[in-house]
Amino acid sequence: MKLPRFSRKTLCIPYAVFLVFFVVLPMLVIFFYAFTDENLHPSFGAFIKFFSDPTKLSTIVYSLVIALITTILCLLIAYPVAYILARSKMKKKFIILMLFVLPMWINFVLRVNAIRELFNLLASLKGMGWLASANYFKTVFGMVYDFLPFMILPLYTTMLKIDNSLYEASADLGASAATTFFRVTVPLSMPGIMSGVTMVFLPSMTNYVVSDMLGNAKVTIIGKFISDYFGNDWHMGSMIALVLLVVVFLSTWLSGGFKSEENVRGTSL
Amino acid sequence: MAEHIIELQDVTKYYDDNLVIDHVSFYVNKGEFITFLGPSGCGKTTTLRMIAGFDLPTSGKILLNGEDISLLPPNRRPVNTVFQRYALFPHLNVFENIAFGLKCKRVQNTYENAEGKRYTKKERLSKKEIAEKVKKALALVDLEGFEKRSISTLSGGQQQRVAIARAIVNEPEILLLDEPLGALDLKMRKEMQLELKAMHKRLGITFIYVTHDQEEALTMSDTIVVMADGVVQQIGTPTGIYNEPANTFVADFIGESNIFNGTVVGDRLVRFCGKTFECVDDFEKNELVDVVVRPEDIHMCAPEEGKLRGKVISVVFKGIHYEITVQVGKFEVVIQSTARREEGEEIGMNIPAEEIHLMKPTYTTNVYDGVITKRNTVKFAEGEFDCDVTQLYPGSHIDEEDYLITATGEKIDLTDVEVRVEVGLNDIEISDDQEAGGTMGRIISIIYKGDHYRLIVRTEEEEEDFVLSTEDLWNENDLVSVIIPKEKIKLSLKHTEEKSI
Repeated sequence: MKLPRFSRKTLCIPYAVFLVFFVVLPMLVIFFYAFTDENLHPSFGAFIKFFSDPTKLSTIVYSLVIALITTILCLLIAYPVAYILARSKMKKKFIILMLFVLPMWINFVLRVNAIRELFNLLASLKGMGWLASANYFKTVFGMVYDFLPFMILPLYTTMLKIDNSLYEASADLGASAATTFFRVTVPLSMPGIMSGVTMVFLPSMTNYVVSDMLGNAKVTIIGKFISDYFGNDWHMGSMIALVLLVVVFLSTWLSGGFKSEENVRGTSL
Repeated sequence: MAEHIIELQDVTKYYDDNLVIDHVSFYVNKGEFITFLGPSGCGKTTTLRMIAGFDLPTSGKILLNGEDISLLPPNRRPVNTVFQRYALFPHLNVFENIAFGLKCKRVQNTYENAEGKRYTKKERLSKKEIAEKVKKALALVDLEGFEKRSISTLSGGQQQRVAIARAIVNEPEILLLDEPLGALDLKMRKEMQLELKAMHKRLGITFIYVTHDQEEALTMSDTIVVMADGVVQQIGTPTGIYNEPANTFVADFIGESNIFNGTVVGDRLVRFCGKTFECVDDFEKNELVDVVVRPEDIHMCAPEEGKLRGKVISVVFKGIHYEITVQVGKFEVVIQSTARREEGEEIGMNIPAEEIHLMKPTYTTNVYDGVITKRNTVKFAEGEFDCDVTQLYPGSHIDEEDYLITATGEKIDLTDVEVRVEVGLNDIEISDDQEAGGTMGRIISIIYKGDHYRLIVRTEEEEEDFVLSTEDLWNENDLVSVIIPKEKIKLSLKHTEEKSI
């Protein structure tokens, strides 16, 4: 039997269909809803309402700040781990790496629930009562815990690729350990940093499961907002989603994420 | 007397449990071009890395200008390295790569304050100074105008030059070069060799160079340190090492060599290839020696005029000379000559006495060329011995039809396979009973070694020698049979030697 021959073009069709139906069309729908009113007439109503409402704007800022703190904490925790693991000559280092990544294999909601129960338990202890109302703290804690593997993995893989002779060359040229770190290690691990930051920053702005469960529903992040609005006001929901899209686009663009092919390759896991 | 810039004192290095440097001691004179030469895994790169500070010696000392630097970290040593694969920083351009070391540097500047007091301050180099130095370094390696280029756009040769510039711009006392030309093509390599040599002259600093290429070492160095198995085999000038190799390893590694087993048969007389030659090295009578003759030192003549006679079995044109292999009895002799000979031609050969180099043999076992027979025994030294052929392939066994079955189930017919046979000095017995052993020979030498006799038994036809230890007293010239227990015969497959065809 002769196998049917596919040209490269025909092989692309399923993907093109997928992209049209699940990316392009939904985007257009969001765009359409964002700039129409209840009667589906073109309108800037949602736009004006959004930017004149201080609660909405402050939620965006809150989300950004929470995401920023989460990302920075993840980076601070993950960088030394990735650095030490990538450079150690330990034979079983993959086991340690796996222990860090292992929580990803357990259901997300279950993990967050477990943290909540732990916090409840801690809060019932003497002198720990402040925990009960430390909603922002608990939210950030939960996010860091949940998103840490997404920071460690790309950092680890980029650092693994840095040739040991580069560290030696740096020392050979008179650089102290600190100089080597800031002038060789950090710049060369930049693709990993970028990729880790993207993978932590974006979900921590929109993933409202954590903030809902750990923040006593007192912490509203932008993702929660969108989901609430899509209950009754699709136009406002779409507008917020669109604003978020622009914010994300701008932050990626500013951090140079679109710069070159090479960076993209470096960021792949 | 020249100043010793670097001195290694009894340096030993273990990686985990592996001994890689075994009690090495030597010194390097200030300003010289010294090369560590040896096959891969001989410890030459490790030695260099210990001088650079990347590896620390397990024991022993490294002195720099008389000061112990054995444990000093690399960034505090006044040496710079050109790495094997350059190790240029991919995130920096050519200028930034070369300026890297300069930016780390602090210099002592002396100033005078208002009251006229002098004081010194450690300062960074100014941007202008750095730019000037980088420019000079780039000019030195012929890369003017390459400052802004990114490393990935450079060819291998250009990267090599940047790596050299990056090292010498720091004005190190010693420049370490770890096989820096290994990745370049032949023509480029030859060019860089000469350039490096010229650069060494111009800069006047000490170069320590690591290579496995003997020709490169001979071309460039003032001094060569030949290493093997973590031990220094010989230290000397290129000519000294080439003309007077200390042992057969050096002779074999540096240039081409004919190496024969010989016996000293009288005052400055040595016997090898079945003939007796005059020589200049003085050894004890009956001492076993390795005889080394360079291929270009064998002179060809008419068959009847030569001490050795043989038939040409191959002629290879090598550009400036022919490499002629001649079968002399069972020996192969390699000759290099500008004169051409035809294959199959009968020729005579003479070797001047001063070109025959005798060396104390380093071996502690007897080694023979053997052939496996149909019955899975091994034939060597005019005899046939029972042996265990399964040792040639680990995990193999013999089936009912005498075929060898390997661990993976492959069936191998070993008949006529050439093997290397090794027998320890203490694993050979001799007997009066001429039927008892695998082969026969006459005792040609008996040396009393304090508690035992060291005997040499030589077979009559092929003059193969068995060196053995025994406590019994025998007489010279006794005809004895040689007995080797089956399990004491060590076999290994002969890897087809690289012969240019």
